[in-house]
Amino acid sequence: MDSPAVEIVDLVKRYGARTAVDGLTFRAERGAVTAVLGPNGAGKTSTVEICEGFRKADGGTVRVLGLTPALPELRARVGIMLQAGGVPPAMRCAEWLRLVARFYARPLDCGALLERLGLTEHVRTPYRRLSGGQQQRLSLAAAVVGRPELVFLDEPTAGLDPQARHACWELVGELRAAGVSVLLTTHHMDEAERLADHVVIIDRGRVVAEGSPASLTGAERQLRFRARPGLALEELLNALPAGSAAKESPAGHYIIEGQVGPELLATVTAWCAAEGVTADDLRIERRTLEDVFLELTGRELR
Amino acid sequence: MTALDFTPAPGAAPFPRMVLAQAGAEFRAILRNGEQLLLTLIIPVLLLTGFSLAPLIDVGAGPRVDFLAPGVLALAVMSTAFTGQAIATGFERRYGVLKRLGATPLSRGGLMLAKTAAVVAVEAVQAVIIVAVGLALGWRPQGSFLSAALLIVLGTAAFSGLGLLMAGTLRAEATLAAANLVYLVLLGAGGVVFPLSKFPVEVRPVLEALPISALTGGLRAVLAQGAALPLLPMAVLAAWAVVSLGLVSRTFRWE
Repeated sequence: MDSPAVEIVDLVKRYGARTAVDGLTFRAERGAVTAVLGPNGAGKTSTVEICEGFRKADGGTVRVLGLTPALPELRARVGIMLQAGGVPPAMRCAEWLRLVARFYARPLDCGALLERLGLTEHVRTPYRRLSGGQQQRLSLAAAVVGRPELVFLDEPTAGLDPQARHACWELVGELRAAGVSVLLTTHHMDEAERLADHVVIIDRGRVVAEGSPASLTGAERQLRFRARPGLALEELLNALPAGSAAKESPAGHYIIEGQVGPELLATVTAWCAAEGVTADDLRIERRTLEDVFLELTGRELR
Repeated sequence: MTALDFTPAPGAAPFPRMVLAQAGAEFRAILRNGEQLLLTLIIPVLLLTGFSLAPLIDVGAGPRVDFLAPGVLALAVMSTAFTGQAIATGFERRYGVLKRLGATPLSRGGLMLAKTAAVVAVEAVQAVIIVAVGLALGWRPQGSFLSAALLIVLGTAAFSGLGLLMAGTLRAEATLAAANLVYLVLLGAGGVVFPLSKFPVEVRPVLEALPISALTGGLRAVLAQGAALPLLPMAVLAAWAVVSLGLVSRTFRWE
């Protein structure tokens, strides 16, 4: 039981000339929720599908529960949720879940699970007539019905309405509380911040940062606003208390760090007024994972 | 609400239970699919009834139904094992169903076994209906039931191999088109309702080597003429089965 839930070392995956995963290294601990966060095309799905045994790595090593992916014995221990599809379109909602449940020795109660995920009214609805969010929830149910040790969720909340997203988040929280290891991918930074014990931020197939959400975002508050690019920040800095910092990253996005309080806010807005600048989106907050991503890569998450 | 205990308790179900569950799901899916029913039941029964009652084609001496019923039985086997299975499996591959099932404890071997069981179960339903319609039309089958069953098993293996070969290599849409086309061509040229003796002598050896002709010929030899074990048709079907299933195991792409 000492091996981590997932251990990835120097993973490489190429599709023709394109390198989707480029020397990725991270581990997902047992009993924890690990979120792999990154924009579309960052290599998240390739990474997860290699862990699930669907694709072969071109380099590096991957261990799932200490074993090589795709070993038959892992199939009973690992639950998966594909990013999309995987269910026959004519199959009824409950019929699919009950079928998947029959493949496991000690499955969860399908009726209770369907109720839990808000699918009770749709038990007889064919998969193709379910909404995108309902299809996602059914796939989530099928991932956990066999009472796995480890669950891979590939963008579990893509296409969910806010209510269904919260239901999904709650379920992930309960899985964690029950000792299930969860590895999920997402490009929603709020999802990663909210759910994950450990966040791995990846971009272009590489890890750009990892740690707990708190360690990644830091405790300090910042003042942020958007305005036209190229403001003369040196002047602003002169007006601010010593120890403050101001930067523009990327163009048009301004971040002021220091003793963020009413005084600093007043100074910044006064300076903006003097410059004839309208500060849009002015807010004081902790850094978010989205900010971290932006700062590390210079690009937006979505 | 029942409490949900997510505490890990992993484990695979016993193999027979998994295969039975999957076979049951596939069986229900076939019977629920309108287009599949058209191919597997409606067309065979219409052909049997129509050509038995109306003297549209010359099928030789004796009651027409004696000639037609074995041919339609063979058509029913082809429609389920080949056409229906090819189309269904092609779309399962396209929709990621094979991929998703591959991540459950049901092994690929178990999945194939379940598919075979579902095909055999549907064939049993078809056979009961076709035989009942045939008997109502005055059919008097001869020969051994076991020999006929053996031919059907070999035919199922050969047609399943060809269907899966298509489903595992072509795009789903191409499989849909090709499987229907092959169904029509073999229906016309495989001795199902039109006797092979009506075709020019030069093409007959080619037609007789087709799996559908081997099955119609073999079933007719048993059920119309009371032959014990028609060895040549059996050898032809076995050859198709070995070659096609061999190719399937090398070429089938699950995703």
